[in-house]
Amino acid sequence: MRGGPARSVVAGGEPAVWLSGAALAICLAMIGGLLALILWNGIGTFWPGELVRVTLRDGSAVLGEEYGTETYELRRASVPLLPAEARPVALAAFPEGEDAIEAVRVLLRTDNRRESGSTFTYVDAFEVQPGSKTTPSWAVVLERSDQGRFLGEPVRLVTPEQTYEGPEAAWEAFQKLRPAALERNERREELEEESGAGGVLIREAELRVRSAEMRTGVDGRDLARALSESALSASERTRLEAELAEKPADLREAIEEYVLLERRNDIQDAPRLAAMSELSAENAAEYLVMRTASGQEVEVETAEVVRGYRANALSWWGRLGVYLSRWWEFLSEEPRQAGTAGGVWPAIWGTVTMTLVMTVFVVPFGVLAALYLREYAKQGVIVSAVRVAVNNLAGVPSIVFGVFGLGFFCYLIGGGVDQLFYAERLPDPTFGKGGLLWASLTLALLTLPVVIVATEEALSAVPNSMREGSYACGASKWQTIRRIVLPRALPGILTGMILAVARGAGEVAPLMLVGAVNTAPALPVDLEAPFVHPSRSFMHLGFHIYDLGFQAPDGDAARPMVYTTMLLLIALVATLNLAAMWLRARLRRRFTSASF
Amino acid sequence: MVAHPLAPPNARAARSTGGGRDEVILAGAPPREPPSDRLAAISRGEVIPAEVHPELATEEHVLRVQNLKLWYGEKQALFDVNLDVPKGQVTAMIGPSGCGKSTLLRCVNRMNDLLDIVRIEGDMTLNGDSIYARDVDVIELRKRMGMVFQKPNPFPMSIYENVVYPLRIDGERDRRVLDEVCERSLRGAALWDEVKDRLQESALGMSGGQQQRLCIARAIAAEPEVLLLDEPCSALDPIATGKVEDLIQRLKGEYSVLIVTHNMQQASRISEYTAFMYLGRLMEYGPTEAIFTNPKLDETNSYVTGRFG
Ligand SMILES: Nc1ncnc2c1ncn2[C@@H]1O[C@H](COP(=O)(O)OP(=O)(O)OP(=O)(O)O)[C@@H](O)[C@H]1O
Ligand SMILES: [Mg+2]
Repeated sequence: MRGGPARSVVAGGEPAVWLSGAALAICLAMIGGLLALILWNGIGTFWPGELVRVTLRDGSAVLGEEYGTETYELRRASVPLLPAEARPVALAAFPEGEDAIEAVRVLLRTDNRRESGSTFTYVDAFEVQPGSKTTPSWAVVLERSDQGRFLGEPVRLVTPEQTYEGPEAAWEAFQKLRPAALERNERREELEEESGAGGVLIREAELRVRSAEMRTGVDGRDLARALSESALSASERTRLEAELAEKPADLREAIEEYVLLERRNDIQDAPRLAAMSELSAENAAEYLVMRTASGQEVEVETAEVVRGYRANALSWWGRLGVYLSRWWEFLSEEPRQAGTAGGVWPAIWGTVTMTLVMTVFVVPFGVLAALYLREYAKQGVIVSAVRVAVNNLAGVPSIVFGVFGLGFFCYLIGGGVDQLFYAERLPDPTFGKGGLLWASLTLALLTLPVVIVATEEALSAVPNSMREGSYACGASKWQTIRRIVLPRALPGILTGMILAVARGAGEVAPLMLVGAVNTAPALPVDLEAPFVHPSRSFMHLGFHIYDLGFQAPDGDAARPMVYTTMLLLIALVATLNLAAMWLRARLRRRFTSASF
Repeated sequence: MVAHPLAPPNARAARSTGGGRDEVILAGAPPREPPSDRLAAISRGEVIPAEVHPELATEEHVLRVQNLKLWYGEKQALFDVNLDVPKGQVTAMIGPSGCGKSTLLRCVNRMNDLLDIVRIEGDMTLNGDSIYARDVDVIELRKRMGMVFQKPNPFPMSIYENVVYPLRIDGERDRRVLDEVCERSLRGAALWDEVKDRLQESALGMSGGQQQRLCIARAIAAEPEVLLLDEPCSALDPIATGKVEDLIQRLKGEYSVLIVTHNMQQASRISEYTAFMYLGRLMEYGPTEAIFTNPKLDETNSYVTGRFG
């Protein structure tokens, strides 16, 4: 007979509940912690905090944004490492007989990297003159276009016509003069772009000369260069022209075209250069004189200031404005100063295009392969072996794919393409190096197993009775697959796509070998014909994180950007996933049965 | 070989769903001695010719099954089946569960080709054309038949598309033709009134019985020569069953219908001829009335009267 109501704990399944519940809780805590860390650091980076000014015991002053306070263990033996004025104070803090105490130090973002050499400064509590902490109302943050942030107080503003003395007058004039300065910057950029475009045309003409050379087997580039020299004596010119007349016709045409372009460019470039140097001179003549906390006076041109604000005089809305404008800059601009400032637009765009191109490759291939394996191939030893091999492929370290991509796609195929179609550019590789196409293909290979496995699963989940129903209506195999099997398997296939996208967008290691770079001169997909440039290398958020965090010359200043970029990458992957999941949910609703 | 430990056939249970439309025409003959010699011969593995009533010889046959043997892997499921299905009539197949009715039905439109393990010997002819000859176009063959499976199998698409699927795969695009076929087929399957307002909704959202009637509508959409029905009414209520039976009655004459059923009343109501199968063999085949009231074999009698063994 069974016992009464007293049942053992094990029989009730309690331990299993607790064990699995605890495992889940730990998993969630870890994931939640990771996300919280990134969110906290990433979201806070751009918020403009107050600037505090503290006077140290040696009389010097420090101005900066507080980044955090930390406690550390101070030993008697390491007291001599503190600044001289702080040592007696620190020693006095040690109780009799104790060898170590908890000490406090504050991390200040002091910036002025050009002037002081570092972005962050630790200020030990023992160093600070008690009660010297203030928030000066004229503390100003100036974000310079290529020198990092400047923190200090305005002294005067100098223009060729007038000098505005005192912080108020100078700041007011600065606000008034800035639009004109920004306009000058824009104009300058336009001029630079124009002359850059001229350079590209000349480079293309030179390539045409080179390919004419290769066709005819006659040298011509030296002659072309000599002919486009501007200071050419009459006798020299006749000699060179006579030489030109002897060249084969198509080489001659190419040389003439090149010379024409060079001359035209020379003519057009002269006024451009003049205008540019005039703008530079105007910019140099209009500057703010700023004083750092240590009393040093620094000149900052109005035109080099990207963003300037009075950190302690801002209202909450004003801060929000600065915050949003920084985010906007981050999302829409190119990086400045080795990524420590500016934005990551090229990396966002590079990640998105790379992932999309990868998806375009991997999904059709994976689905077709899975279709063959599941619907056409005779199930047997070989198919099982293929299946095992595909599954194993998913476990191969991604760097192996990177090496393979570099060797096979870049060097072998890319090198071959260069030999055949871009011979005139050699030894500069066109496709024979990392680029969007090769990176996408490498990642497509990497994510192929995911798609194949998911698709196979989806196909095998299609009930056989549906297939039979279709055959009984007189449908062919392909009609059955296209009209019944694929639509029914679509949600599962999309799941595979989601997994592939998530994996591909977050992958970094292979990309370092096959095309991701820290600064790309141009976007891989842009408004310039032919719009998609598969051979271009590109920036990638994942690689950008690695590059900023561990390769940047100014790692300290880059750290906040690392968190923001991580946040962005996670948001991007999450968005791609959500989009695919939404799509899948819509399809699911169409295909699930409510009956039985 | 040991005879199946046969469960009592579904006949008893089915009686209650028949719904008293007709008077029960079950044999009133007193129980006879349980048959022994035939079953013994079967268990010895001997070939036993089926008891075919002479009335069948007078009919014109649309489908002839000749010495059909079928194996699922090592296991033989059909033994020398010879069955001639008369044209324009309804032929019912009855027999205990697992006796091979579905298997035989699936052989007619070569559904068993899809299973790798199936091996078939013997042949069938449809209107004189061989079904199992080497050069037969299976797809064309299947288009001449419509089939309703034992379990409803609607496609993952709208109700409308489900019904017109056989036309779609033939490339029919004309909306008017499709609409007309859809309505006619759905009316035929007694489903039109229920779904006429939701034709564009997914067929997978229908009830089991509705799904089964949808499959019937799909099977008759392309107006096939032969209709193969594998227990089409097993998931239907008496009213829908009645409508489907009416449909079968209307179809007869033009189409030939081969229907598997566990419901004896249904078989007697709608069919002209009935084939009794047992253990993969055709046992007795003749006019429905004769099978139910005056069968030649004791086994048949025990089965149709609800006693077996
Ligand atoms: N796919 C299959 N693989 C192996 N054996 C099968 C398969 N399908 C059917 N069988 C076997 O063949 C025999 C006949 O099955 P079948 O489905 O034709 O029976 P049935 O007469 O339709 O029974 P029911 O009335 O229960 O539907 C059974 O013994 C079954 O186990
Ligand atoms: Mg069956």
